[in-house]
Amino acid sequence: MGRFIARRTVASAISLAFLVMAVFFLSRLTGDPTDLYLPLDASQEVRDNFRELNGLNDPILLQFAYYLGDMARLDFGTSLRSAEPALAVVLQAFQWTLVLALVTMAFVTVAAVILGSLAAFNVGGVLDRVATFFSLIGASAPDFWLAIVAIVIFSVNFGWLPTSGTGSIWHWILPVSVLFIRPFGLILQVVRGSMINALGSAYVKTARAKGVAPQPIIFTHALRNAMLPVVTVMGDQAAGMLNGAVIVETIFGFPGVGKLMIDSILQRDFAVILAAIMVTAVAIFIMNLLIDLAYALLDPRIRY
Amino acid sequence: MTNQSTPNTAATRNVSASAEDAPMLLRYGRMLVADKTALVAAIFLMVMVLCAILGPMLLGDLATRQNLRGRNAPPFDISRGWAFVLGGDQLGRPLLARIIVASRNTLMVAAGAVAASLVIGTGLGLIAGYSRGRMSQIIPRLADVIMSFPSLLLAVIVLFMLEPAVGNIILVLAITRIPVYLRTARAEVLEIRERMFVQAALVMGASSRRIVLRHILPVVLPTLLTIATLDFAFVMLAESSLSFLGIGIQPPEITWGLMVSQGRPYLTNAWWLSFWPGLAIILTALSLNLLSNWLRVALDPQQNWRLEARRSNDA
Repeated sequence: MGRFIARRTVASAISLAFLVMAVFFLSRLTGDPTDLYLPLDASQEVRDNFRELNGLNDPILLQFAYYLGDMARLDFGTSLRSAEPALAVVLQAFQWTLVLALVTMAFVTVAAVILGSLAAFNVGGVLDRVATFFSLIGASAPDFWLAIVAIVIFSVNFGWLPTSGTGSIWHWILPVSVLFIRPFGLILQVVRGSMINALGSAYVKTARAKGVAPQPIIFTHALRNAMLPVVTVMGDQAAGMLNGAVIVETIFGFPGVGKLMIDSILQRDFAVILAAIMVTAVAIFIMNLLIDLAYALLDPRIRY
Repeated sequence: MTNQSTPNTAATRNVSASAEDAPMLLRYGRMLVADKTALVAAIFLMVMVLCAILGPMLLGDLATRQNLRGRNAPPFDISRGWAFVLGGDQLGRPLLARIIVASRNTLMVAAGAVAASLVIGTGLGLIAGYSRGRMSQIIPRLADVIMSFPSLLLAVIVLFMLEPAVGNIILVLAITRIPVYLRTARAEVLEIRERMFVQAALVMGASSRRIVLRHILPVVLPTLLTIATLDFAFVMLAESSLSFLGIGIQPPEITWGLMVSQGRPYLTNAWWLSFWPGLAIILTALSLNLLSNWLRVALDPQQNWRLEARRSNDA
């Protein structure tokens, strides 16, 4: 177990190092941030001063060396936009994204597992068709369009929900609902397929022959064995959400890490981009580790 | 096909025997007719492709002619002409004509990106799967690197370094989708290379190149084509998202995603500006999803008797 975690940590750290290096050099190719932060009529002296202050005058390799040196002291640089430490800015935004992802995934998991199991129990039935419909919509509808339509219907026409921002529980309903649809459709299909397999197995037939009621068969006998592929897909989806739901966060003015990322990229706030990539990478690494542990928990045959 | 034990009766076996005599295209045509939803989807996509090819030529002027009296004209009112049946946009241009014209960029970007990533990804995947040398180690790592690189950042880098032209958007999207085909092709090859017919070809002295291209590729291709159809929808949504965020196609070029984003400021009083282009995206993506479901069955020799059998039941 310990060796497994250690090996995984080393492999992830190596690929993260390569990623940070690539992003460091490539992001600087997008241009000089000086013009973005100083007024148009700033004098050459002021511009030089700005470059000198932010270390933009040094050769790029030297900049990278400085960056590595700072990172060794856990200093991830300072945000150009807010003049705060980059790591603090990112962690602040990441909290929001983390809660959003957790809430959405909790709803998705509960709904998809229940509906998917019932759909598998009665293939071709009403619930099965509902499930197929949701999966198709989830795979076909762009989330920005769903967000816009939801805003028009629920915020503009009915005036029930706020259009954007944070503050009350009402602000969470639209972002969570829009984020919910795609992973829900996908996981629903995986649950359904995997449940159909499990329900066809010998031990389920035995349970039926003994006269066990349908509900215990689905939810206690078959479900546990059907969960392995479901957990894999859930992990993929959750990883996507931890990276920040850029579109949803932008439309609903949600201060998450996706919005921070796109703003920082457009404003060339290099320190924040790098810090955001590292924070999300570490979060996804931890989550993948938890998923591997969940495998072992669900299936005693799996050992590390 | 002959020695596979499919649970079909003598009657359906007759059908598949006669179907095998028919030319390939005709056979797939029949299978398409057997699946009504897939047929509708295919017809819809056909119409969209026609729009993309002919639309800009026929409606290019109409779609850019501004008419300030028709600003945000409401839909379902054809007093200004048929093109205004879906309403007018913020500059009084007819939405229907604009959607038709925008289909070219939208479909072209998606088709280009899917084709490029399919060819490159499959090529690399075949090499990674079949060679036992260093390439089989390096190429999969390449896929990992691409997967972990934030695609938004990649889009912005290309946008600032090169210009935001259609070709460069295709490049960005193609790069981000290469790992999908690479991984699938590699995984399939790793399994297929152990099969008897590959061993037989090897014993008969076929070159690696011939084995990969003539013996392995035809087995892998159906899976990849099915994924590509599905991916077409995904890439279309990705392009729309980029355009929506303002880092994709730039005005005066139009795509459906860009139209949705341009209509956003007018949401409160003119919902149709964003609604119709979004609906076009959904319907196209939906058709691709349905067609991909059909393709998965039709291209699988162990499964496609279902479609042919159903046809014989109807007849």
